[in-house]
Amino acid sequence: MKPKGKLAIYWAASCGGCEISILAINEKILDVAAAFDLVFCPCLVDTKVRHVEAMPDGSIDVCLFNGSVRTSEQEYMARLLRAKSKVLVAFGSCATEGCIPGLANLTTRREIFETVYCEGPSTDNPEGTVPAPETRQNGFHLTLPVFYDTVRTLGQTVPVDYSLPGCPPEAPRIWDALVAILENRLPPPGSVLGAETTVCDECKRTREEKKIKRFRRIWEVVPEEDKCLLEQGLICCGPATRAGCGALCPQVNQPCLGCYGPNAGVEDFGGRLMSALASAIDSNDPEEIERIIAEGIPDPAGTFYRFSLASSLLRRRAMVPDARRHELPLPKAPEPQE
Amino acid sequence: MATKRVSIDPITRLEGHGKIDIFLNEDGGVAEVFLQIPELRGFERFCVGRPAEDMPNLTSRICGVCPEAHHMAATKALDDLFQVEPPPTARKLREMFYCIFFATDHTTHFYALGGPDFVMGPDAPKEERNILGVIQKVGMDIAGKVLKMRADGHRLIQMIGGRAVHPNWGLPGGVSRGITQEQRAEIERLGRDAVEFGKFSLDLFRKIVLGNRDYVQLIQSDAYTHRTYNMGTVDAQNRVNFYDGMIRVVGPDGTEHARYHPRDYRDYIAEHVEPWSYLKFPFLRKIGWRGFVDGPDSGLYKATPLSRLNAADGMATPLAQKEYERMFDALGGKPVHHTLATHWARLIELLYAAERWVELATDPEITGKDYRVLPTRKPVEGVGCVEAPRGTLTHHYWTDDRGILTRVNLIVGTTNNYAPIHLSVKRAAQELIRKGTAITEGLLNRIEMAFRAYDPCFGCATHYLPGRMPMTVVIRSPDGRPIHELRRGGPPGPVMPP
Repeated sequence: MKPKGKLAIYWAASCGGCEISILAINEKILDVAAAFDLVFCPCLVDTKVRHVEAMPDGSIDVCLFNGSVRTSEQEYMARLLRAKSKVLVAFGSCATEGCIPGLANLTTRREIFETVYCEGPSTDNPEGTVPAPETRQNGFHLTLPVFYDTVRTLGQTVPVDYSLPGCPPEAPRIWDALVAILENRLPPPGSVLGAETTVCDECKRTREEKKIKRFRRIWEVVPEEDKCLLEQGLICCGPATRAGCGALCPQVNQPCLGCYGPNAGVEDFGGRLMSALASAIDSNDPEEIERIIAEGIPDPAGTFYRFSLASSLLRRRAMVPDARRHELPLPKAPEPQE
Repeated sequence: MATKRVSIDPITRLEGHGKIDIFLNEDGGVAEVFLQIPELRGFERFCVGRPAEDMPNLTSRICGVCPEAHHMAATKALDDLFQVEPPPTARKLREMFYCIFFATDHTTHFYALGGPDFVMGPDAPKEERNILGVIQKVGMDIAGKVLKMRADGHRLIQMIGGRAVHPNWGLPGGVSRGITQEQRAEIERLGRDAVEFGKFSLDLFRKIVLGNRDYVQLIQSDAYTHRTYNMGTVDAQNRVNFYDGMIRVVGPDGTEHARYHPRDYRDYIAEHVEPWSYLKFPFLRKIGWRGFVDGPDSGLYKATPLSRLNAADGMATPLAQKEYERMFDALGGKPVHHTLATHWARLIELLYAAERWVELATDPEITGKDYRVLPTRKPVEGVGCVEAPRGTLTHHYWTDDRGILTRVNLIVGTTNNYAPIHLSVKRAAQELIRKGTAITEGLLNRIEMAFRAYDPCFGCATHYLPGRMPMTVVIRSPDGRPIHELRRGGPPGPVMPP
C-alpha cells in the first residue's frame, strides 16, 4: 500500500471561514483522511509547534495555509511551515491577497491602537493603556506577539507554490484542488488553482451592452432580477473577478464583491475593475466622466481593492513604513517548552 | 510571588488564538490566572472611510464561524443609520434566517464541543470524549441526525442568504431577495425536523446528564459557580428573542438592573483595557470595573445562553417554555449561576430557534414580495444589535451625509464574556489545584470545561473552529525548568460536515 501523504492545515490572521468551507466537502473528507495523515492543524489535532519544528525540512507533503500575516507570531509560522513543506498553498483570500482585513493597510498600527484602545466610544481607559509585547503584571511576566503596521499576504512573506482564491473558497473548488493534489496532477508551481474565466461568465443575467450615466449605491435601487447588475448602474465586480463560486451573490440580487480575486492573467484587481467600469460609462466628456465617478464611487480604495489591497500594486497607504516596522524586534523563535 | 507557571494553550503556545497562564504560589495553590488574546485586526479603524452599506459584508469577515451574526447586526445598524423601517416580510425573513443559523450553530457546539464532556463524563478517557464516543455510547442514528441538522441549516442559509459562509443579503430597509412558495415549503419541512431534533437533544441531555447524580453535583459545584450580572435581549413581554428587542440586565439576585434600547448601550456598558491582551473587557458602567471578581459590587456580566434565560421571564414558544420552567425548577430557581448549566440552556435555545423558525416559515407574510423599502433620509448614526450565539452583539456606526463611515464601534459576542471566562477559569483552577494536587487528565479537562461552557469563539476576537481544544499544561520549577508536562485533547473524532 502506498504510504499516506502528510498534510498540514494552518490559520494565521483569518476568520475561520476557510476551515468551515473545507468541512463543507462533506463525506469527501473521508477520502482526504484516507490519503493523508493530518500532521498539523491546530483546530483539529494536538500537534504542537515544537513538534513541527522538530520535523525534517520538507517532510510535510502539502500545507494549506489560510490567513494573512499581521503579527510576529504569524510571520514565524509562515517561515516555519514554508521550510517544512514540499508544497505550500496560499489558501483563501487572506493568504492570497490580504482580503478585507488587508484594508487595514489604509491605516497604521498606531491609528488602530488609538481607535480601539483610546478613542473607542465605549472604552473606559483614562490611563491610555495599550497592549504591549511585554508586560509585568503584579510581578507576573506576560508577552504578546508584535502587531505590525502592514498586513502581508503569505506570498509576500515566503515563497508560495500555489494559491486557491475565494473568501472562502467554495467547497467544490477545494475538492477540485484536493483531487489534483491526490492524483498528483498539479499545474506548474506558481499557478492559481482556479478557473480561467470570470464571474460574468458564470452569471445567468442577460447583458445588453448597455452603458450607464451614473453609478448607484446598492441601497438606492431595487435591481431587476434578470438583467446585468452593472448595466443597472450597480458596481458589480464580476468582470474583474475569477470564476469559481458560480455567481452566487448575483443570484440573490446582490452585486459580486470580488472575493475570488483577479481573474486569470490580471495582476491588479483594481486596475482591471476600473477599466471594466470605465468602459460601461456612457460619456466621452472628461468632465462628465469625472463627475460620474466622483459621485458614484465615494470610496475608490475600498471599492476597487475591497479584498486585494495588500497584494495590489498599491499595497498600502504611504508611510515610511517598512523601515519603521523593522525597528521592531525581529520575531523570535518560540520559547522552547522543555 | 509565583514560583510555578502552568501554561494552558488552548491551541498551542504560538498559534495566536488564546492562551491561559496559571501561576502557582509558594504553597502550590493558584496565585493568578491570565487568559490572553494575542491578536487584533482593527475593523473599527479600517472600516472608517468605507460606504456604510458594505458593513454587513466587511464585518462578516470578523468571524467565519458566525458570519450571520455580524451580517445581521450590521444590517440592523444600517436600518437605524438610514432611519428606515424594514417591512414586516423583511423582518420575518431576517428573523427566520437568524433562527436557522442559531439552531445550526448550537447543534455544532453541543455535539462537537461541549456535549461530549457530559455524555461521556469528564473523566472518561480522552479518546472517548468526543463526538465518536458520543455516537458509540448513544447509537449511530445520532450521528445521522446531527449531520443532517447541520447540513440542512447550511443549505438553507445559502438558499436564503446567497452563500453558506459570508452571506450577502442584508440591506438597509430589508433584504436583497425574498423566498418562493417552494422554498418556503422546504424551509418549513426542515424546520419541523429541527424541532424534533431539539426535543431529541433535550431528552438525550436529561437521560444522560440529569439522570446521573455525579453530573448534577458537578454542575452545581463551587468550581463552576459565580454570581455575576446576566444580559440578554428580550421582547415586549420580556421573553428571549435573538433578532430584536430591548437589552435586559439582571443582577446576581435576579432583580432587574437595566432594561434599555440597544441605542443606549454606552450608558450601560464600558470596556476596560489591560496591557497584556489585545481584547478589551466589557463591564457594566453603572457598577464599575472592580477587576476579576464576582458579586453585586462587580460590574462583570455574562452574555451566554444561560444569561439570556436568566435575564428573560420566559420563552416565546410553547415547547421551549416548558423546558425553561423545567430547568429552573431543577436548579433551584432563577437566576442560575452554574456555568455548566449553559449547555442545558443552549439546548433550550436550540428548541426555541427551531420552533420560531417553523412559526415564521408558516407565517402568511413570509413569501410576501414586499421585502425591501428604499431609504430616503440622510444617514447620521445607527446602532444594530442582535444576540449572537455567544453573546449580545452591538454594531455602532457614524457617517457623513453620503453614508461614508466616520466612526465605528463593535462589541462582539464572546468579548462580553471575556472577564467572566477569566473568572471561571480562575475559580476552577483555584478549586481544583491545591497543594499536592496531582495534575491529571481529568483535572485538566475540568479546568477546560470552565471556559468551554461559554463556547468562546475568539473568532470574534481571534478565532477558533468549534472542535476540541488541545491543551498543554507545563509545571515549572522556580528556575523555570519544566518538571512535569501533560498533554490532552487530540483529534476531535470525525470532522463535522456543515
